[in-house]
Amino acid sequence: MIYEIFRQEREGQPFQHGGSLEAPSLAFAGAYAREFYGRRDESFALWIVPREAVEEIREPYVADVFDRDYRRVDGYSLKVKLKEARERAGTA
Amino acid sequence: MQVADTVHLPRGKAFVNPDVDLFLQLADDELMLGWRNSEWTGIAPFLEEDVAFSSIAQTEIGHARAWYELAAEELGTDADALAFDREPDEYRCSPFVELRLVPDWARTIARHWLYETADAIRIADLKASDDPSVAGLAEKIDREETYHRMHADMWAERLRDEPRFLAAVDDLWPYSLGMLRDSQREQLCERVGRDPVDAIERGEHTEDLRPLWEDMTMVRRSVPGATW
Repeated sequence: MIYEIFRQEREGQPFQHGGSLEAPSLAFAGAYAREFYGRRDESFALWIVPREAVEEIREPYVADVFDRDYRRVDGYSLKVKLKEARERAGTA
Repeated sequence: MQVADTVHLPRGKAFVNPDVDLFLQLADDELMLGWRNSEWTGIAPFLEEDVAFSSIAQTEIGHARAWYELAAEELGTDADALAFDREPDEYRCSPFVELRLVPDWARTIARHWLYETADAIRIADLKASDDPSVAGLAEKIDREETYHRMHADMWAERLRDEPRFLAAVDDLWPYSLGMLRDSQREQLCERVGRDPVDAIERGEHTEDLRPLWEDMTMVRRSVPGATW
């Protein structure tokens, strides 16, 4: 059975994928995960997740067809729009 | 204590400081077991286990180093000289750790489980030592041994109904008793759930020791006195 291992480096931080491993049971997976990701004090906590519990989506729904990049979670750049606006206003 | 290039320790000879005897027993056990376990590196039943078992082997050798250093302070030598420059007969390890068990995984896990169970009893006593350097070192070692025990118990639990594993435990049981002092053996019987039998005592060596020693000291002997 394949297990996906997520590790939290410091308390309160998000868990990040560390890697995967093969083990005959959850107990073995936990022991190997401790060995590979824990014993050198590199993780505050670990998540051990059977791969089959992970629902993978291969072709996410994409609807980025109109210019609505202000809706992006990572924000959007004002630089180009600001430049164009300044040119229109004659203040560039 | 006089400084010597090589410290020879005739079998059965007691030291002025009885602690040195104890340090060498502990160190020799851990070194030989670490060596035997490391023989699985690259050939363990699956990759994850290969990494985990090799790591355990390596920490055992690290513990050996730490005990050798305590002995070396008393004897005026260093850990490497104690680990590699003695004759096979001078080692104080128990016959239990000398046995070459590759490629038998059932026997290897049986030894691993019996050894770690016995070692826990020994370490608990060392943690209670009046000597702060002994108690402190035992405390540190125990933190790594916690992982070894978890690993060993997990395997023993998985194989507990497996006839090959049970036969291996039967076979190795007298050896594991011989690793401990008389006063510690009853605890081992309780933890393992077995009756006492005649132990295979420390002091004699098995035929497996010499080939192990020859491999282990090969590089060191190839250039005597070299600084690495």
